[in-house]
Amino acid sequence: MSKPILDVVSLNKSFEVKSKKTLWGKPTRVQVLQDISFQLYEGETLSIVGESGCGKTTLGRCIVKGISASSGEVNYMTEEGDTVDFLKLKGKEAKKLRKDIQMIFQDPYSSLSPRMSVFDIIAEPLVANFKLKKSEIEEKVAEIASQTGLNVSYLRRYPHAFSGGQRQRIAIARALIMQPRLIVCDEAVSALDVSIQAQIINLLKDLQESFKITYIFISHDLSIVQNISDRVAVMHLGKVVELAPSEAMFSRPLHPYTEALMSAVPQPDPERKKDRIILEGEVPNPANPPSGCHFHPRCAYRTDKCVQQVPELREVDNGHFSACHYAGELNLKGVQANEAKRA
Amino acid sequence: MTTQTAQAACKADDGQPLLSVQDLKIRIQMDNGVMQAVDGVDFEIKKGKTLGLVGESGCGKSLTSRAIIGINPKECETTGVIKYDLASEGSASDPIDLLSLDPKGKRIRSIRGNKIAMIFQEPMTAFSPMYTIGNQMVEMIRIHRTKNKKEAKKIALEMLGKVGISDQEKRFDQYPHEFSGGMRQRAMIAMALSCNPELLIADEPTTALDVTIQAQVLELMQSLQREFGMAILLVTHDLGIIAEMCDEVAVMYLGKIVEQAPVREIFYNPKHPYTKGLLKSMPRLGGEKSVRLDSIEGSVPMPIDMPPMCGFYERCTDRIEGVCNARSVPKTRISDDHSVRCFLYSDQQRGEAQ
Ligand SMILES: Nc1ncnc2c1ncn2[C@@H]1O[C@H](COP(=O)(O)OP(=O)(O)OP(=O)(O)O)[C@@H](O)[C@H]1O
Ligand SMILES: Nc1ncnc2c1ncn2[C@@H]1O[C@H](COP(=O)(O)OP(=O)(O)OP(=O)(O)O)[C@@H](O)[C@H]1O
Ligand SMILES: [Mg+2]
Ligand SMILES: [Mg+2]
Repeated sequence: MSKPILDVVSLNKSFEVKSKKTLWGKPTRVQVLQDISFQLYEGETLSIVGESGCGKTTLGRCIVKGISASSGEVNYMTEEGDTVDFLKLKGKEAKKLRKDIQMIFQDPYSSLSPRMSVFDIIAEPLVANFKLKKSEIEEKVAEIASQTGLNVSYLRRYPHAFSGGQRQRIAIARALIMQPRLIVCDEAVSALDVSIQAQIINLLKDLQESFKITYIFISHDLSIVQNISDRVAVMHLGKVVELAPSEAMFSRPLHPYTEALMSAVPQPDPERKKDRIILEGEVPNPANPPSGCHFHPRCAYRTDKCVQQVPELREVDNGHFSACHYAGELNLKGVQANEAKRA
Repeated sequence: MTTQTAQAACKADDGQPLLSVQDLKIRIQMDNGVMQAVDGVDFEIKKGKTLGLVGESGCGKSLTSRAIIGINPKECETTGVIKYDLASEGSASDPIDLLSLDPKGKRIRSIRGNKIAMIFQEPMTAFSPMYTIGNQMVEMIRIHRTKNKKEAKKIALEMLGKVGISDQEKRFDQYPHEFSGGMRQRAMIAMALSCNPELLIADEPTTALDVTIQAQVLELMQSLQREFGMAILLVTHDLGIIAEMCDEVAVMYLGKIVEQAPVREIFYNPKHPYTKGLLKSMPRLGGEKSVRLDSIEGSVPMPIDMPPMCGFYERCTDRIEGVCNARSVPKTRISDDHSVRCFLYSDQQRGEAQ
């Protein structure tokens, strides 16, 4: 594999949560990211999947430094080959590097300024970072707009006059126009119909091939994740519980939570029998996480050990990490290569 | 849509539709002309049933959904009939036309939220950033269900639990920005369902949810459907969800419904080239990386000053020159409950639908 472009070391993040009832007391801190470490290689796509609220967006925002982490390092290898801790950068240098890393935000509605025309929204990063002629800017915007399936003659309108999927493509166009080295895509194609989704995924792959762009692809859509990823990380309650090359993850998951996720994907076939694992019990509460393995209350395979001991993320197979005490011993069900194909 | 034969075939549910949308049109004035964003949409939904609405991004699904409860911005000039059956209110059996009501009036406001609830595509449009989630839920419940503050809070907490939000007491006092994307979406679902609506309009309700929580939320909707006969208009691009949830499916393209049929027919016997293209583009679990996903070539035209022709013409691989680009496409009935707007089928023996 190529050199790592990003080396995340023991990243932690907690939020202060005030409750009305504790107005006079101390606000509680909720640990949202716990000791996250991974490396990201140049030109690869690492997908992050996991339960809603487990910290995926927070992780993305810590990396692009939309918010500051509580502790840890995000070591970034610049184009010149120097390594800098992204979290310690300030001022000019930070600004210079920031344009290398873009994030497509989960909620396009609140990430697009309502008072700017869509043309200006897409062009803004160019205008802010490069000295370009008006005609050059117009050309670039037109190019990226048509690549993302946006009608160029629509662009003088404001965001409110676009549909949900169109707004999502505006956010994608804005991130891509800079030709960044690393893009964090947070549910970036979730509002698109399958045909446009396919078009955007193909575009992302083409750009990756031509410019070696690296992606962190946060998504809950496992069929897309399977199509786009080199590696996949599964998060649960602020921790990475499984990390593996995509093929290995899908054919042989090594964590029961991953197995449950894969079984719950709705199948596009009205006659198919559903065979999903329903997770029993409550969704865990990050403010008061379960003892031992955080997944144990909902795990069908739990033993006393799971209730008492915290499992470490360990390498079980070549490049395949799992944080389950019984990784490798359980026979978990993945996705068969042609399972979903219809006759 | 229902013919006499189809009516005879139906059993218990052959009463009046709860909602019946007829010839809905939405025009928007633009700099360079009038955009026909929704162009003659018809469908109906019966009590206890789910109609799926799928289609190209930007084809008018959200405009159609919002028109039902009258909340499109004023630049959207809307015509047609949206009949809603208020029989449960004990009023005379003639359904009322929601479009004829004053969009700011008392009548529509009492229907909105109470009888018809909506889950919005973008959760932040449903919540104000200024108030806590709990505050906003309780306010909604107090308008529609109970004046009692304590009871309203109890209902809110219970609903939050049902959509998989733990530690509800604390979450209740948090602001929307302190929720994750999927949690905001679930809070909005909880708010919409907390008033036991007769009709739920769900516009891309689970786009931010992981599959296990998505399954839980969809199951919750289905259980309310079984228990109270709630009807659902489900807008989604996720064909897996369509397959699991819907009785019938309407496929929309450029402001028109181009195909409508029971869910099984759409998946096993699709007719319209656009429907076929959609099914082909669908990413399937079990596929491989490096396989290029199929997409439908070309892009959607702008529906401004469109001559009478098929909106899919430019992208269609089966188009007939001189036919498909020369006339507007009538609705053809393939069978009692399957209709399509495509010239490939219009000369079949079955004849044209009304
Ligand atoms: N207020 C508005 N002013 C001008 N154009 C608008 C307005 N609202 C919507 N449109 C346009 O009308 C068309 C239909 O929009 P709508 O939001 O209904 O699409 P949609 O089918 O819900 O798409 P998506 O799947 O992307 O959410 C789009 O082309 C959109 O740009
Ligand atoms: N500004 C904030 N203040 C307090 N808590 C926050 C804040 N931002 C996020 N959180 C909490 O951090 C946790 C993780 O949130 P995050 O948005 O990272 O989740 P996520 O994995 O992206 O979920 P989803 O899939 O639903 O988008 C949640 O419990 C959330 O409530
Ligand atoms: Mg998120
Ligand atoms: Mg929409």
